[in-house]
Amino acid sequence: MSIDITESRPLGKAVKRKEDPRFIRGQGRYLDDIVLPGMLYMALLRSPYAHARIKQIRTQGALQVPGVKAVITGEDLAAMNLAWMPTMAGDRQMVLATGKVLFQYQEVAAVVAESREAAEDGAAAIEVDYEPLPVVVGPFFALTDKAPVLREDRESKNNHIFHWEVGDKEATQAQLNTSPVRVTEHIRMPRVHPAPIEPCGCIADFQRSTGKLTWYVTSQAPHAHRTVLSMVSGLPEHMIHVISPDVGGGFGNKVPVYPGYVCAVVMSLKLGKPIKWIETRTENITTTNFARDYHMSAEIGATEDGRVMALKVTTIADHGAFDAAADPSKFPAGLFSIVTGSYQFPVAFAEVDGVYTNKAPGGIAYRCSFRVTEASFLIERVMNTLALKLNMDPAELRRRNFVPPEAFPYLSPLGWTYDSGNYDKTLTRALEMIDYQGLRESQRKRRDRGELVGIGISTFTEIVGAGPSHTFDIMGIKMFDSCEIRVHPTGKVIARLGTRHQGQGHETTFAQLIAEELGLSAADVLIEEGDTDTAPYGLGTYASRSTPTAGGAAALAARRIRSKARQIAAHLLEVSPDDVEWDGTGFVAAGASSRRVNMSDVALAAYTNLPQGMEPGLEATYYYDPPNLTFPNGAYIAVVSIDRGTGQVRVERFVAVDDCGTVINPMVVEGQVHGGLTEGFGIAFMQEIAFDEEGNNLSPNFMEYLVPTAVETPKWETDRTVTPSPHHPIGAKGVGESPNVGSPAAFVNAVVDALSPYGITNVEIPLFPWKIWEILKEKGLAM
Amino acid sequence: MFPYPFRYFAPTTPEEAFGVLEQYGDEAKILAGGQSLLPMMKLRLAAPGVLIDINGISEWNRITEDAHALTQGSLIRHSHWEHTHHIRIPLLYETAGHIADPLVRNRGTVGGSLAHADPAADWGASLLALKAQVHVQSRVRERWIALRDFFIDTFVTVLEPQEIVTAIQIPLASETDFTGARYLKLERKVGDFAVVGVAVTCSFNDQGIVTEAGIGLAAVGASPLSASGAESLLINHPLTSEVIQEAAERAAEECDPQSDRRGSEEYKRAMVRVFVKRGLRAIQADWENRLKKPA
Amino acid sequence: MVRVTINKEPREALVEPRTLLAYFIRDALGLTGTHVGCDTTSCGACTVLLDGVPVKSCTILAIAVQGHEIETVEGLEQEGVLHPLQQAFWDNHGLQCGFCTPGMLMTSKALLQSSPGELNEADVRRAISGNLCRCTGYVNIVKAVLAARERLREAQEEVRTS
Ligand SMILES: Cc1cc2nc3c(=O)[nH]c(=O)nc-3n(C[C@H](O)[C@H](O)[C@H](O)COP(=O)(O)OP(=O)(O)OC[C@H]3O[C@@H](n4cnc5c(N)ncnc54)[C@H](O)[C@@H]3O)c2cc1C
Ligand code: FES
Ligand code: FES
Repeated sequence: MSIDITESRPLGKAVKRKEDPRFIRGQGRYLDDIVLPGMLYMALLRSPYAHARIKQIRTQGALQVPGVKAVITGEDLAAMNLAWMPTMAGDRQMVLATGKVLFQYQEVAAVVAESREAAEDGAAAIEVDYEPLPVVVGPFFALTDKAPVLREDRESKNNHIFHWEVGDKEATQAQLNTSPVRVTEHIRMPRVHPAPIEPCGCIADFQRSTGKLTWYVTSQAPHAHRTVLSMVSGLPEHMIHVISPDVGGGFGNKVPVYPGYVCAVVMSLKLGKPIKWIETRTENITTTNFARDYHMSAEIGATEDGRVMALKVTTIADHGAFDAAADPSKFPAGLFSIVTGSYQFPVAFAEVDGVYTNKAPGGIAYRCSFRVTEASFLIERVMNTLALKLNMDPAELRRRNFVPPEAFPYLSPLGWTYDSGNYDKTLTRALEMIDYQGLRESQRKRRDRGELVGIGISTFTEIVGAGPSHTFDIMGIKMFDSCEIRVHPTGKVIARLGTRHQGQGHETTFAQLIAEELGLSAADVLIEEGDTDTAPYGLGTYASRSTPTAGGAAALAARRIRSKARQIAAHLLEVSPDDVEWDGTGFVAAGASSRRVNMSDVALAAYTNLPQGMEPGLEATYYYDPPNLTFPNGAYIAVVSIDRGTGQVRVERFVAVDDCGTVINPMVVEGQVHGGLTEGFGIAFMQEIAFDEEGNNLSPNFMEYLVPTAVETPKWETDRTVTPSPHHPIGAKGVGESPNVGSPAAFVNAVVDALSPYGITNVEIPLFPWKIWEILKEKGLAM
Repeated sequence: MFPYPFRYFAPTTPEEAFGVLEQYGDEAKILAGGQSLLPMMKLRLAAPGVLIDINGISEWNRITEDAHALTQGSLIRHSHWEHTHHIRIPLLYETAGHIADPLVRNRGTVGGSLAHADPAADWGASLLALKAQVHVQSRVRERWIALRDFFIDTFVTVLEPQEIVTAIQIPLASETDFTGARYLKLERKVGDFAVVGVAVTCSFNDQGIVTEAGIGLAAVGASPLSASGAESLLINHPLTSEVIQEAAERAAEECDPQSDRRGSEEYKRAMVRVFVKRGLRAIQADWENRLKKPA
Repeated sequence: MVRVTINKEPREALVEPRTLLAYFIRDALGLTGTHVGCDTTSCGACTVLLDGVPVKSCTILAIAVQGHEIETVEGLEQEGVLHPLQQAFWDNHGLQCGFCTPGMLMTSKALLQSSPGELNEADVRRAISGNLCRCTGYVNIVKAVLAARERLREAQEEVRTS
């Protein structure tokens, strides 16, 4: 149960959330709740074809629809040099199609009208003549000579986007060749979508009289959006004010800049009116950035007693029509090189080839720190295959290969320096919670009765908190983050950060963190994010980076304040600053603890009674560039049973033990884990954006793109171990994504475990009942 | 996301409704629960020029019963049966909780579900199993149609453009018989239409001999189907495992599924077999336990 | 002109027949607590009570509820006192981004009203299965609903014994 926000020393406590009072009353202010005077609505016309030449667009019909005010097409944008925009991955992307369309549902025209309904009527009244072209759906086919070149705008006349590799190829191959035991597995992570319940949208409000554009947008990274918009539109950056209001879930979906946003801005510039665009769920799933879509192969070489010797990974990455991945610039495959996971591989090599296909663009970090989910899924799955091959208990195999606690900081063969961890301890806790020995015993008994029961383990290591600026930037902007703290004369505080929460609870957790540093309660600290005119520059909230980066900035800004406060306290206590001690909630004179001042006394003095010559006020800003990333980790165990009649899988238990370092608010951390596990469950069992041979999207809405309800979702059992990050100011690591990164492999490993007595080592996700049933049938197990 | 414009009528008597419908005929659509029609209109897959909202017609919102049959107005909502156990027609309760999700069930109607004729409609399967009759009426005529003659194809029924489904009648088994039923549905999650749905109902005399049997199937044909061959294997027999096995095999032969993303034809047939078997076994167990049940 | 009683207050607005109830409530009446999260009647973010029954307001025409009673999240708090469900969602961390929350609260309110008997975890999970949440994994929502049920029961006990 939670505690009240007025308690002092709030760090590490389950403080009730400060944002909730408005949400439980329906008083959140989400994008679509904002109504501006004279506002018009925009709708987009989209392509029914996955690949087609546009022969003609007739917009007259739309202009005759009552209420329609304006229509723009790609040609209109081309005249303004806006038909294309840069993507974060260094590619470019069409805003509205010119010449041809490259994926189904691609944006073709924008219509603005007096009502939402009329805007849609207008879009429906536009006539487009298309000449269908041959469609490239599969990424492997895309790389062959037979495939048509999709991106005629590029210099290279093929569908290959990039090749990226890391590690020592020769040494890895040599080591594999001499390994006594070798296993290979082909693992696919299908195309999925973050699908937060609030879709994306924006209101562009350009005021001709002031020349200022106020841009309300569902954004996880408002400052980055401001800079990108300024670069795209040519509007001076100080004349763009980005406001990201309450965000109804993001999970990576609200990081990129989308064509609809640019159209709304163009329309507002053109008409001088506020333009609202809210995408539909169908538009959300079919066009805003997808995630995953990695076709991976991995080979592990090991000794007979189960020590891993080498790892080789090859991957084809399907990016769709444009490489709109939201990865840091130097990382076209994100942080995929975390693929050695929690294990001490002496050598490793990984390569990724990016490919264009006639599908929606993307490749975002969906609740994941840039391709870490793919990497973790791969290694945790292939370790499972190795355990099967060696006929070794999968927990034991992991233990033999864990990076041991004394090896930290640990330099992985692919170049990351892991900060801290105690993998064995974390796994041990999970095994205890689930009574692993007893469970294996009962599995044996149930198997004897003909039941198909499986236990799956995943002991993943995440890499989060991008990042040190020497390595990480997005479009050149270094990936630091920031916090500005102002202490008012009465000792109350406002703090603003460069991040933007979407449910993670920053208004509470950052208040706790700052309150702890300043000796206040969370109630005394107001957190504000999402307004670029007031908040300091930051790169936003995704990739579990808020606590590692902005959290670090908040702690260090608060410490700056405390050090000035110490001077003032000394003045008030009439002792020298060296004789002032901080007792957690205030300053005391050394050796005379009855002589005490707290932060509000100091704050008042900062404005009324300063030491001679001191600058008035009590404020600080800190731009925190972390020295390294943080490496949260966890041990997850799933227990499943399979219905031999239908192929349905029941998750009987799921235990998750996470280590995310120092915990600011255990209630919030637990909530993040519950949510992430549920998303991982959806990915493992029911989610895939599928296409037919014509490139038609077969799962364009919530009837086919399935989101688990409370009925399917297992009951999660969670716990924690705490291994603080040695380099983070408070030792925190970030947790939002671990459960989504670590859980899919646990589910699949459990299903494979149930079927492994029959020679099964791999089942492709999503684990639809029919897929399992096909295996049951083939193995003579179906009843 | 928003329907095309239309004219809206909300008649309060059947006569008024028949009148408006006759006037607009093909152009018009009846609006019942709106849980199929409005989603289609929002996605602009349907665009009727006229909507006739029949929710205000209280005559079509009643349930009556005599010794031989229960008659429910077409506007009875799915959720009604979710909360009502009818001891002589347990299949209604057994089915209701599987349809869509609780919120859709509060709105969707039994008549609307039949008129819509989705091959995956759960009521379609159950009411076929129950050998229901559909009362259909226009300004000029009214008729009873056996539900088994009602569905023609996917989203197509024998309804004429001027006709409205006003009621559904379900025959009651002999009062001295015991009736058991199950609805088995394979869905990928709550709110999903059936991958395969199987409705089974059996009445037994006091010897345990099946006197009435119904098997309805959802999502394994162009419309909901009845497995009449399988039903006939049950009548006048006790539900032994051999009889159950035979009926299950027969039902699997009788259905006509298509391969798609939800499973292959073979898989769906197999699920029909599995569900008929499980359903009948459960019903047999109900019969065996009938005396143990508290009254 | 569509007239309804919303949160016990009579309200009216002129809208097209095709206006969906969710947008009538949000745009015409300015009560933005009711959200819209999908276009296939799948998510339940738009759940309101229509004559006490929880329904998806994105799939009902505004004109069709002429003269009926609507209750939205804005009507839960009474005279400055949070509804026990609101309090329980807050106490138990039953929400994160808050987007699904109004719908969850309305469905839960109907559940507590319509089932005076025992409620267990499975009952709650079934009842909220028309409401999708992407953030919480449902665990704490279920906990909150059961906690609210306890609170209400205690309150009734107090009334009875006093
Ligand atoms: C998310 C979701 C999930 C669903 N899942 C399922 C499911 O699992 N199983 C299932 O069976 N259904 C499911 N449905 C459909 C739901 O059961 C509908 O309620 C039902 O199919 C239609 O009933 P209605 O009263 O809503 O009809 P409406 O939507 O009002 O009408 C449907 C059609 O029937 C016509 N019509 C309606 N009433 C009459 C009448 N009395 N006479 C003549 N014509 C009439 C209408 O003109 C229209 O063409 C789902 C719906 C949704 C939105
Ligand atoms: S908005 Fe999703 S069900 Fe109504
Ligand atoms: S709290 Fe975000 S969707 Fe439920």
